Order: sequence, then structure tokens, then C-alpha cells
Amino acid sequence: MDKRTHIINGRLIDPSQGIDGYGDLVIEDGKIAEMSIKGAETPRKKQSASVANTGGERIIDARGMLVIPGLVDMHTHLREPGFEYKETIKTGTMAGIRGGFTSLCPMPNTNPVNDNPTVAAFVIKKAMAEGYCSVFPIGAITKGQQGQELAEMGLMQEIGCVAYSDDGRPVMNSLVMRRALEYTKAFTFPLIAHCEDLSLSDDGVMNEGPISTHLGLKGVPAAAEEVMISRDIMLAKLTGGRLHIAHVSTRGSVELIRRAKSEGIPITAETCPHYFSITERAVLGFDTNAKVNPPLRTDVDLAAIKEGLKDGTIDVIATDHAPHHADEKILEFDLAPSGISGIETALALSLRLVAEGVLTINQLLEKMAFNPSRILGIERGTLKIGAVADVVIIDAEKEFIVNPDNFASKGKNTPFIGWTLKGVSSVVISKGRIYDIAEWKANG
Amino acid sequence: MPKDLVSIKDISKEETEAIIDIALSFKDVLRRDIKKVPALRGKTVVNLFFEPSTRTKTSFELAEKRLSLDVINFAVSSSSVVKGESLLDTVRTIESYGIDYLVIRHASSGVPHFIARQTRASVVNAGDGINEHPTQALLDAVTMQEKKGGVKGLEVAIVGDILHSRVARSNVDCLTKLGASVRLVGPPTLIPLSPPAGVKVFYDVDEGIRGADVVMMLRIQLERQGKSFFPSTKEFFKYWGLSAERLLLADKDALVMHPGPMNRGIEIASDVADCPQSVILEQVTNGIAVRMAVIYMLQG
Amino acid sequence: MNKELLNKQDIERILSRIAHEIIEKNKGPEKLCLVGIQRGGVHIAHRLATRIDTIEHVNVPVGSLDISLYRDDISRRKKLPIVRKTDIPFDISEKVIILVDDVLFTGRSIRAALDALMDFGRPAQIQLAVLIDRGHRELPIRADYVGKNIPTARSENIEVQLEEESAEEKVVLISGE
Repeated sequence: MDKRTHIINGRLIDPSQGIDGYGDLVIEDGKIAEMSIKGAETPRKKQSASVANTGGERIIDARGMLVIPGLVDMHTHLREPGFEYKETIKTGTMAGIRGGFTSLCPMPNTNPVNDNPTVAAFVIKKAMAEGYCSVFPIGAITKGQQGQELAEMGLMQEIGCVAYSDDGRPVMNSLVMRRALEYTKAFTFPLIAHCEDLSLSDDGVMNEGPISTHLGLKGVPAAAEEVMISRDIMLAKLTGGRLHIAHVSTRGSVELIRRAKSEGIPITAETCPHYFSITERAVLGFDTNAKVNPPLRTDVDLAAIKEGLKDGTIDVIATDHAPHHADEKILEFDLAPSGISGIETALALSLRLVAEGVLTINQLLEKMAFNPSRILGIERGTLKIGAVADVVIIDAEKEFIVNPDNFASKGKNTPFIGWTLKGVSSVVISKGRIYDIAEWKANG
Repeated sequence: MPKDLVSIKDISKEETEAIIDIALSFKDVLRRDIKKVPALRGKTVVNLFFEPSTRTKTSFELAEKRLSLDVINFAVSSSSVVKGESLLDTVRTIESYGIDYLVIRHASSGVPHFIARQTRASVVNAGDGINEHPTQALLDAVTMQEKKGGVKGLEVAIVGDILHSRVARSNVDCLTKLGASVRLVGPPTLIPLSPPAGVKVFYDVDEGIRGADVVMMLRIQLERQGKSFFPSTKEFFKYWGLSAERLLLADKDALVMHPGPMNRGIEIASDVADCPQSVILEQVTNGIAVRMAVIYMLQG
Repeated sequence: MNKELLNKQDIERILSRIAHEIIEKNKGPEKLCLVGIQRGGVHIAHRLATRIDTIEHVNVPVGSLDISLYRDDISRRKKLPIVRKTDIPFDISEKVIILVDDVLFTGRSIRAALDALMDFGRPAQIQLAVLIDRGHRELPIRADYVGKNIPTARSENIEVQLEEESAEEKVVLISGE
């Protein structure tokens, strides 16, 4: 930990400083110590002149790789306490590291719900002891996530919670949501809204449309999400509270957010890789791995999500990593729980946006590292000198075939089985601690 | 023929026509004194009905016995499923008894498809959630074939709760495959916003059944009233029920069909249910013949 | 390689002889009925009935029997099964049934036909008339009336083409590979 570590010959990309060039990075005592950019082209020869090869220094050659700030996942489910059979803080953070994430923000829908300082303290302590990366818990907005009474958001913030959400459920009562938004003004945290009108989604299990008719499954209309986003935007406008909209999935939602931003309402929004990678067609054959909430939508929605990312309407790409036990997904479609174990495929799926020209690599890293840090007010997502050493070295050209048996996550529920993707984490440094991912893979 | 019949969409036009032909031959067997043939002697079938059903289950059981199969009725309510055993474990246990056919009815769409992938036995879908009821569509087609000499070119109006009807879904696919023209008729709350391709939608029942060769009435589940699909059964009958006067709008030789059980006075008037154009009881007889044909034709 | 064994005239003469034999053996056409096995035997049964009528001026009832549901090789079938018409519009109890088929080979079709007939009633007697007997019996079944005995190899095949269904009427030996 105290050794100086040199990362050399990589392409350093840091949107927080507007940096994109080839050079070296030095890490010492868990912090970024030095950075030197050599130029816009990769050096032909190995640069050994400027690196001291004395004992006590570690050299990592990142030639041909990207050196980026550790990614920040502001929407993930670590399931502990209470649902350790699906995932634990240990396995979830290990999966995060493999996916290139050095900061995870777990949602509070655990058992017991993270709606008070005691549970929050438990999560933070467990993460310090067993976690592979930083964990910044998200507390509940309401007690028990029941949508009735506000949780002790102030006290939880002092323990270390960075945001609040009833994710998994919406706050159905508009008055309660109004109060919660108003309350944020006394503090610095945002509310993360899971926007779903439960009376419209009823007991639907996939997007309502021709495919739900074809499969004879009850559908959830896009309106169920849009109605709620509309409401929360109005409440944010009314109160001036801090609102971040979770897992945006429809065109209508993107349009509502775009218009709200153009009116100057200070909201932020996120989407997840599955919403710009697959559509409701993935459900054909009654594949429970494609059952997720909000549900996978249509081609039109997918295109709108990409457009929303491109023009800045959507600020963040989060994973909504939702691991479930295999037994729970081998059930009747109606009974299977919603969720995709996505943290280990998120980066590769998102890199496709760069390959398609939807985003530049800089913009992608803004969405996955810098913006989430900014919104949550945490000092991550940057390679500034003095910042915590959360650095990821990625081989963006390396191909792999998605095989959930190789996931570090306990959750093997992914609809991307068999996909060939590009973009593998080679070395991940979290708070200065170095994880050689390639070696992990070799050792199983 | 595929290994299973879980969806009517999986069988081709030729296979559908073959099933109809064989079903009509099996009707002969049902008219004999000894209503049994040894065709599938020694094979075993389990009827796994997770949803209560007397008529479909009995129809399948009779069909199976007529083919000389050994029949086991797996009564779910008294089984380990209630004790918390998963669906997959239940099916695996049954398969270990050494069975050839599994006839399944379940309240969740997609269950027969899921089970068919997990077992070597031939799976017959006896109704899954609101998704499909393939043998019902086949027996309806047999009825039309018998009475009208063919399905191609017929104007068929399906009336009632289309949204929740697996009978409607399977019929739409089967009938359009065989060349009939299908109309879906009902209140807007009970017809999907994205209807299947190739059908005409009518909210006005008079227009919907005008000139139709077949009027197929669907059962209205009374619980739907509580969930705001329609305000009352009285209003439903007035605007979408099949009364004797309304039937006059259809072709004069139109068939009146209903998958049963009927709510007399709610979707269909009592006198219409019993009128000479009604082939409702014929459908029941054809049901046994069709189920014999389906089981006979699957590999098992 | 196909070889024509019998032509139309040969077939006509054989059927006339069989008709006479049936009448002779049963001492008259009373109590007789003919049941042709689908498909090959049905037309032959009708022709025999016509000849018996010409000779004795008696209308012998004719029925057709499909044996697919009684076969012993159901699990080994490869394609879509076809179930043809079974039409026996008379009571067979106490009658003498002349079962009619075109080619007698292993005897399994006849065994299935016997099982099927038993489900229709209790005949007094069942006799068997075939146009061709090609040998290779696998069951203890024999015909009472045989048009022609034609020894064959297992790999060969005998095809009976009748004018009700084919352009030319003949019996052909098809050699196997």
C-alpha cells in the first residue's frame, strides 16, 4: 500500500480535468501522487528513462490500455443484510471490481431496510471489513420503504449515506414525496426516485405492447413510468428539492426530463445498460432473465435512450445490479423476481456506445464516474492529484463471451449469456489497493 | 410434428389440417359400441391441473382412456406443491415415475413452454394463464370444418373479454393460419391496445357480428367488474351480449359457439344458447376427438 | 428395376376365380360379408362383391377397415400418421367375414385387422382373401384364398396398382438395393 506504483504508457482519460492523452500516473499512500502526459500518441518504445526502478516501486505497464478513474455505480443492490443468499457485500464488491467499479452505492431494500443509522452503520462497517471497494450506502426515504413516514435522513447522512431512495418501490403518496423533496433542501443529498405508478403497472410483468399480447403476459404500459416522472418533476419544481430519476427506460420519460431541464429545473437522471442494449423481444420464449423493473421496452424507446445520453438529458449510466438466486429465476414467469445481474457486463455494454459513435469515451466516463460522484457529492471519479487512488486499467479491445459461471457475483441472472463483448478490466486499484483482475480470472 | 403442443403457433397449416382430419376419424371411434382403440396401450399420461377445471380435465381424461393410455390425475391442491415444492421439482418427480405425456393447465402464462424444455415427455398445454388453449382452438376449428365444410374464407367474430382470453388468442392464430377472417369484438377495456396482427377490431357488437359465419362468445369473468373493466353485467349484456335479435344480424346459417361454461343472460341469452344454430354441445364432443388426435400425433 | 408380374387381364381372371372359390367353400353367399383393409384391400373387396352378385344375384355387404390404430409399430413411425375411413355399416355378429387385402407379407396387418374386427362384434368366422402372397410370415397367419403365390426377397417389394387409383392396372415386383 505504501509502495509507489507507476502506471506507465497508458492512455489517461479524466473528464474531470479534461485530460485525454498518453502518459504516466503515480500512486502513493492510497492517493494519486503524480501525473504526466507525454502526448497524444502512444510512445513507440518503452519509456523507462523517467521511471525509477529502485526497490520498493511497482511498475504497471498499461500500453494499449485505457487508464481511467474508477467507475462509480450509483444504483446497485448488494442484498446484505437479509438476502445474503442472493449476494453479499463481499461478493458484490468483488463483482464490482471485476466490472471496473471502485465505488458502489447499494440501495436500501435489504432486510431490515436501511432506514435508520444502525443498519447504515452495519453496511458501512461490513464494507470496510470485507468489501473490495468503497461503499456509499443509499438510505430509504421512508421508514420501511412503506411510503408513509420520513426516515432519519439527517442522522443517516452523518453515518455515511449519500442519497435516499425507496427503490424497488415508488413513493406513491404525492404529499409524502413533496415533503421528502422539501426536506432535502436542509441538507446536501439528493433523492433518487424509482418512478412507477403502481396502480398502472398493476401486476404486469413486461412492457405492454404487441409482444405482451403475443406471449399472453400482463403488460406494464410506458405511461406507468411517465406519469410518475411527470409528478416528481412537478414536485421538484414546486419545492426546489434535489431530484435524481432512476433507471429511465422510455422515450416519453426522456422527453419529459429534457423539457424539465430546458425549463431550468435542476433534476438529474440515469439509465442502465440493458435499456440501450436489448428490447422486450428478449422476453420471447418466456426468458425470466429478461424480466426486469422497469421492463425492457421497444426499439423506439431504445433509440430515445441513446439520444438522451448523447444530448446530455441523461446524466448517468448506473447498473441497477440486481442479483437473484438461480432457483428464484427458474420459476413461472409471473412469479420470478425482476432483476438483471449486470455489474460485470455494464462497462463492456456501455463501450458499445462509444464504438457506435453515440458517446465519446470522455462522455462515457463522465456518465459512469464523474457525474455520479458530483451528484452524490463524493470525492471520486477523478484522477486529480491528491484524490483517492481509484484507478482502473482497461483493455478496451479485448473480447470475451458472457458466461455467468465466471461472474464473481452470486447472481447469474443475465440475458446477455453468450454475447461477445469487448472491454475487460485488467488492473483495478481501489483506495490504492491493487487487484490484478487478469490473474483472478486465470485462477478461476 | 414437434415433441409438444404448447402453442398453437408452433404447428404449421399442414399439421393443423392433419390434426383436424384425424380428429374427425376419431369421432367415428366415439360412435362405436366399444369406444376404445389400443393405439397407445402401455403409455402413461399425467394430467397436471394447477387450475381447477372439471370439463377440460374430463375431456382429456376420456380422450386418453379411449386411446388405451394409463391415466394419472395429479391433484395439485393435495400435493407437495402446497407444501412449498417448486414447480420444477414437481415436474421432475412426476417424470421419474416414467411417464410419456404430461397434460398441463396452469394459471401462469408460459409454464407449459418452461416445462416442455425440462422434460422428455410430450407436453400438451391445457391452458396457461391468459396465453393459450391450443386444443380448444383445434376443436373449434374441427366444429367449423364439420358444419361449414371448411374454415378458409369464413368470417369469424370472437366476442367478449378478449384481453384475458387464452381461447381467443389460440383461435386467432389457428383461424388466420387456416385462412379465416377474424374479428375481435368487445368493450375497449377488454381488447388489448396492441391486438394480434391480421384481425379487425370492433367496439360495436352489431357491426362486429354483421354477416359473420361464426359467432364465438367468450365467458365474462364476473370478477372483472370489480376491477373497472365494465360497470355492470346488465350494461355488458345490453351492449355486447348475444341476444336473439342480435343474432339475426349474423349470417342466417351462422354458428353460435362458446367454449363454456356459459353465463346465461350475461354474454349469451338463454334462448340463443339452446337455439338450432348453437353447436356448443357439439364442441364438447369434438373436444374429446381433438384431444385424442393431438395425443396420438405427438411422439410421446 | 421393376418387373411386371401380372397385367389387367391376369388380375381379372384371378378375382373371378377367388369369387367362385368363396361361394363354393361357403356353400352360397348367405351370411357372407366382405371387409377390405385400407387401402389396398378396399377396391378388391368391392370387385369381389360385384362378381358374387353377378354369379349368385345376391348383394353381399362390403365394409372398409382402417388398421392404423391397431398397429404394433406406432412408436416407430416417422412421419405424420394418416387415419383412413373405417366404415362397417352392418352388424358383423354371427356373420362370416371375408377379410380382403392386396398383399399378404408378414401377417401383422392381418393381426391388427382381426383385433379391430373383434371390437366391432363377434363374427361366426373370419376368412382371409389376398391377391398376392409374397411369403416371409412373422406370425402364424395364412390366407384361405390366394390369387397368386409370388416368392420374394425381403428387400424386394410388391406393388398392386388398380385402375380405381392408377393409370394402368398391374402388379409389379420392385427390386430392392
